[in-house]
Formats: sequence, structure tokens, C-alpha cells
Amino acid sequence: MDVILFLVFSAIAVACALNLVVQRHPISSAISLVGVMASLAILYLLLGGEFIAMAQMIVYAGAIMVLFVFTIMLLNAGAEKRGVKRPWAVYLGIPLLTGLLGIISFLVQGQVQGSPPVILGGFTGGAAGDVGRALFTRYVLPFEVVSVLVLIAILGAMVLARKEIE
Amino acid sequence: MHPVTLYHYVALSAILLVIGVFGVLTRRNLVVILMSIEIILNAVNINLVTFSRHYQHVTGQVFAIFIIAVAVAEAAVGLGILIALFRNQETVQADEVNLLKW
Repeated sequence: MDVILFLVFSAIAVACALNLVVQRHPISSAISLVGVMASLAILYLLLGGEFIAMAQMIVYAGAIMVLFVFTIMLLNAGAEKRGVKRPWAVYLGIPLLTGLLGIISFLVQGQVQGSPPVILGGFTGGAAGDVGRALFTRYVLPFEVVSVLVLIAILGAMVLARKEIE
Repeated sequence: MHPVTLYHYVALSAILLVIGVFGVLTRRNLVVILMSIEIILNAVNINLVTFSRHYQHVTGQVFAIFIIAVAVAEAAVGLGILIALFRNQETVQADEVNLLKW
């Protein structure tokens, strides 16, 4: 059960991410991003992060997606034009990225060898109560700093996007 | 059936990271570049939640929540910059913006 859920939703996440990168039209990319976010939320549930799965759905698949879709419609962005292809970029880029992936996987495999299997329900410390207790006691200072950061970002976005009035 | 371990989740995170880097490097549309950055941030989040599961401790998930908040701030400011750029330059293609080029 766990294996099937993991395989299905990680396959959906990777396929949607690839589709996002490959598609020419920004709206298609935005829809693919919803797929990535939703399948990652399911994976968080498998890992025992109930609160973070819901936060992922609401914030990423809801708020950020609306922001992206609104911006795409506002900018009236059409399909992307294909630029000049540089041959060395095509023949060197993908092998280099694959090499990076291989190196990361190799290093990680050496580090986490022999870890116990991840089963659904093996960790129940990720409910909203547990996360909230950690967030408002031990990590209350970073929490406040992040709230100030978000406030500054809201003001910055408003100042940047407003129309200049003479 | 072979059980799913920590390694599979970290490998998935690495795959998403590489796809995001690929998108940032190859795409020209700035909106899609911002979306690729969101994929990279999500890859980091999978890592944090996975190790929170591994150590049976909630700290990793708290950090993941901070990353979500920072990603929201980044998306809001980035899209605001895009709108300002479109007002001035009438384009969102990364290679057509040469304001700082000499």
C-alpha cells in the first residue's frame, strides 16, 4: 500500500514537473505546477506531516497558484518563442544535470544506507497541535521574523505593482 | 515488495531539484522561471519532512513551514517585479530584457 502510493504520487510529481519545464505556454506550466503541489501534499501525508500537507494544499495549490494564473492573464503572456539553439548547451547540459543527479544520489545512498522502511502511520508527531506547540514555544522568534518578512513582502509587492501617478 | 525507505524520498527530492534547475536554466519566460524556483523550494521541503520523519521529531516540519512562508513572499515580490517590468519593457522574456546590459 505504502509502496504503491509512493510510486504513484512520486511518478505524478516528476511527470508534472517535467511537463512544467517542457511546455511552451505558461498556463500549461501553471496547471502542471498544481499537479506537483498536490502529489507532494499526499507524500507529506505518507511521511506523517498532516499539518504541512494541508498547508501545502492551501498555500501552494491555492494561494500561489492563483497569484501565478492572475499574473499570466494580466501579462497576456503567449507561447514562448524558441530561441537560437546552441549545440553545446544541448549536448552538454542534460548529461551534466544527469551527472549532478547521479552524484547527489550516490552521496545520499552512502549516508542513509540501511534506514528503516517508511510506513504510513509510523510517525504521528506532525499533527497541527504538535507543530503549533513547537512553532509557538521554541521557534517563536523565527516565526515572528517570518511574519515581518511576509509583511514587508506584501508592501513591496504593492509598491512594485502599482501604477505610477504623476 | 521492496519497502520505501528514506533514500527513495531523498532521491525524489534530488530529481525534482534537477528538474527545477533545468527549468531555470533553459526557459525564457520569467513566470515559468519563478515556477521552477517553486519546484526547487518544494524539493527542499520534501527533504526536511523526510528527515523529520526519520528522527521522529517535528522540527523539520516547522522549518518546512518557514520555507513555505518565504516562498510565498518570494512569489509575491517576484510577480510584482514582473508586472513592473512588463509596464516598462512590454516583455517577460528573459533574453529580451537588456536594461542593465551595456
